[in-house]
Amino acid sequence: MTAAPASGPAEATTTPTHDCRVAFAATLLDLAAADPRVVAVCNDSVGSSGLGEFAARHPDRLVNVGIAEQAMVGVGAGLAGGGRIPFVCAASPFLTGRALEQIKADVAYSRANVKLCGMSPGLAYGALGPTHHSIEDLAWLRALADLTVVVPADPAETAEAVRWAHAHDGPVFLRVGRTPVPALTPHVPFAPGRAAVLRRGEDVTLVGVGTTVSLLTEAADRLALRGVSARVLNMSTVSPLDERAVREAAEDTRGIVTVEEHTVRGGLGGAVAEAVVTHRPVPMRILGVPGVFAPTGDPRFLREHFRITAAAAERAALDLLGRAP
Amino acid sequence: MTLRPVPGGARHLRELRRSLTEAPEAERRSRLAGIAAAIRRRNLAMILRAGMGHVGGDFSAVDILTVLYLLVLDCDPERPRDPERDRFIQSKGHGSGALYATLSYAGFFADAELDTYMAPLSPLGGHPDCRKVPGVETNTGPLGHGLPFAVGAALAARLDGSPRRTFVLTGDGELQEGSNWEAALAAAHHRLDSLTVVVDRNGLQQGARTEDTSGLEPLSAKWEAFGFTVRAVDGHDHEALRRELSAPPPPGRPRCLIAATHKGHGVSFMADRVEWHHRVPTAEEARRAMEELQR
Repeated sequence: MTAAPASGPAEATTTPTHDCRVAFAATLLDLAAADPRVVAVCNDSVGSSGLGEFAARHPDRLVNVGIAEQAMVGVGAGLAGGGRIPFVCAASPFLTGRALEQIKADVAYSRANVKLCGMSPGLAYGALGPTHHSIEDLAWLRALADLTVVVPADPAETAEAVRWAHAHDGPVFLRVGRTPVPALTPHVPFAPGRAAVLRRGEDVTLVGVGTTVSLLTEAADRLALRGVSARVLNMSTVSPLDERAVREAAEDTRGIVTVEEHTVRGGLGGAVAEAVVTHRPVPMRILGVPGVFAPTGDPRFLREHFRITAAAAERAALDLLGRAP
Repeated sequence: MTLRPVPGGARHLRELRRSLTEAPEAERRSRLAGIAAAIRRRNLAMILRAGMGHVGGDFSAVDILTVLYLLVLDCDPERPRDPERDRFIQSKGHGSGALYATLSYAGFFADAELDTYMAPLSPLGGHPDCRKVPGVETNTGPLGHGLPFAVGAALAARLDGSPRRTFVLTGDGELQEGSNWEAALAAAHHRLDSLTVVVDRNGLQQGARTEDTSGLEPLSAKWEAFGFTVRAVDGHDHEALRRELSAPPPPGRPRCLIAATHKGHGVSFMADRVEWHHRVPTAEEARRAMEELQR
């Protein structure tokens, strides 16, 4: 099953897109220059975490523990216990899967001032396969108390989220995408725990995180042409969830579509559904990886294969409203 | 923190440390033996009251904890978050009873609080919570978490240019957790000579002897191969522990003290018996144990 591409090739080439790791790395460098407490901890991921320049400028403040994720997270917690602000950077599947208990006990439960940076999440590693896909991380991490889970959607929001994480005294997980994304319009400044409204609408609500948010603004613009008014929420803080924004969406519109580069089990859709059924049940459609391990394919192919697209979001919204596609 | 330090506790601990340090060795031995026995009695009373606990592992570590808190660690019970404190991390979190009894003895919180051990809503749970218990650096309980944290703590001290030291107490069974060896590699690679790992080598884990489960020997050679300076010490000999723990480590290498201990040490019918990992004594057993701990 292959859906139509989200946008034509011409459009894709005219909209500039960005790897959010670039904004992440630049912001971390700025913070490190201004604040000697900032350290980076990684698992032989200097390049893939965008830490090359950090290593060059602050070699003493880059702790590369080698390929050892459990020790990496524990070392981060110990550095935080020594008054440092560690940004613990690793590919998201290994950071979250391999070191989940360290994230739970050493960071969240101990309320250590550690900033966990899950790089290249979702389907970013494409053809490298399900071992390298990180489509369970949000489900795993939002189950943990006292851990703020943030998924920035574009470079500007990434930079703002990194600055906020640095200033915030407490455990944070940042999901930093490598899949190129366009700059969002309008730009709504990152506010922790608050969903950003990117399109106002009364018929249906589209909720996304990270790489899917730009797909939803595109879907909303297409729905508008068909007379459907779609609200778009960038739910950049997945935990704790902005329940008020979800409740308002359930009260103001006839249903909610969530789209995430993550399994449909327990991620953004699950979080929104929990709030919806608790506060005001309305129909939902949850789009994402449908509880399977992905076949071989590049990220773009996989997103289309799993209908993580603007067109699929548009169809789901119409279906939810009882309208013909 | 829900627990408050004992008023005047810091001064009391300083004076106790000074008088113990200055005392002739024979007197110091005798006084430390008495203190350790008192901590064991308090520890046992906590377990009897709670109806749960890990008496075997508690008692194998009490002497190490006694020497650390009373003679070695630069710590202040009235300023438990002082940035320049020496760090102590008890990786074997199930030995919480011994840790709490020792912390309380050292003045970090009142003795009466120990009566709430594992009671509903008590800050003193079955595994230590750094958000509730002053003196606890990080939350342990799952095994193999202490050493990675300690490596980070020692790295932070180095970045600060601080002479503060980091000590971590691990069980021996928990060395089966791979995270320890990840951290050991990093500790040696970074030449963390302010770091001391103390292995509570009682030879028993929850279900059986370590050597009958997933053998650790030759343990000393393993740490040496990982780049540590290794020393063997009698984990119940306060003078030997004091000497080893106080000595500045050789430069450039982290240090591992393999402390030969007995699970359930101090009570004849508990010592070296695997069932006392977490058995709770009957009333008659408790009476006999308390009698033996009177010395």
